[in-house]
Amino acid sequence: MHKNDKLLVIMPAYNEANNIASVITELKSTELPLDILVVDDGSTDATAEVVSCLDVHLIRLPFNLGIGGAVQTGFRFAVQNGYDIAIQLDSDGQHIPQEIPKLLKPILRERVDMCIGSRYLQQTEYQTPLSRRIGMIFFSIINSLLVGQRITDNTSGFRAFNRRTIEFLAENYPIDYPEPETIVMLGRNGFHIQECAVNMRKRKSGESSITTLLSFYYMFKVLLSITAALFKTFRKTGALSL
Amino acid sequence: MTLRIQFLSLIFSLGTAAIVFELIRKRRIMEKYSLIWFGSAIVLLILTVWKDLLEKFATFLGIYYAPSALFTIAAFCGMAMLLHITVVISRLTEQNKTLAQEIGLLRHKLQLLEQNDQSV
Repeated sequence: MHKNDKLLVIMPAYNEANNIASVITELKSTELPLDILVVDDGSTDATAEVVSCLDVHLIRLPFNLGIGGAVQTGFRFAVQNGYDIAIQLDSDGQHIPQEIPKLLKPILRERVDMCIGSRYLQQTEYQTPLSRRIGMIFFSIINSLLVGQRITDNTSGFRAFNRRTIEFLAENYPIDYPEPETIVMLGRNGFHIQECAVNMRKRKSGESSITTLLSFYYMFKVLLSITAALFKTFRKTGALSL
Repeated sequence: MTLRIQFLSLIFSLGTAAIVFELIRKRRIMEKYSLIWFGSAIVLLILTVWKDLLEKFATFLGIYYAPSALFTIAAFCGMAMLLHITVVISRLTEQNKTLAQEIGLLRHKLQLLEQNDQSV
């Protein structure tokens, strides 16, 4: 690891007052040299109040933008403040902070642009709800075909990005259900993607953002976005993306 | 085309143009978004007044009943407007998102500055 690499953990949060404090405490206890940024996506509960007592960066969006808009705010913050690596981590406790070094390794040592923490690369303790498994296999096949490399966990939001990728995503990031689409966007634009096996927990409390009722809409919408991402032109950023 | 339909169509297209003009005058819509409305109204007006043109157009399309061609064109204009509006909404949504993000980033920066001020 370069000594001077600046690391930022981006935590999008929407109504996570019950979970977020323990995630941040856990994150700090890893003693990794990283800054923490919580993007409060217009929460209606006490998320912002809880976070503001915890000595981390807090950005409060004036209204709810959706997960993509919140994460992109984090990328913009990382660009503006000169971070070299960004790690995306859910605020609900599903992602385990101790696993972060696994994500960083490929980026620091193998010139990977984005590293995805995958639940399915190896047999792990994580149990996927049945309803989501079908959709995941579906995206796995589609994205693997489009990107030309096997991606096992397309919906995982536990990811690390290098500077070049942060700059690209600060300009181009999907608004809702961004994870599968981002893989196609990056994969088709010459970014190096790699997965590494990580453990995840079941959600502590609160609802997953994808309910069974919405899953059909979700699949259709993402399929459309992925198809569009194949043909879209993206805003290039500076010389670094050349 | 019967005189009654022609009359109705005339009222409709003139009425549309008048309402749009009134809305511009009251600054309820911007000129650049009114153009597509005026365009549609004028096309309908021309085809209503110039009966031969409508007949020729209908024959060209293989529509036997000329007023049907008028409705077809009206429907097409309606679609064009909706598409235009969808484009505008998408652009506004994108700009709105960027603004919200910038506000969040600026607020954070402001807060840091205020904290620094207090500690000095």
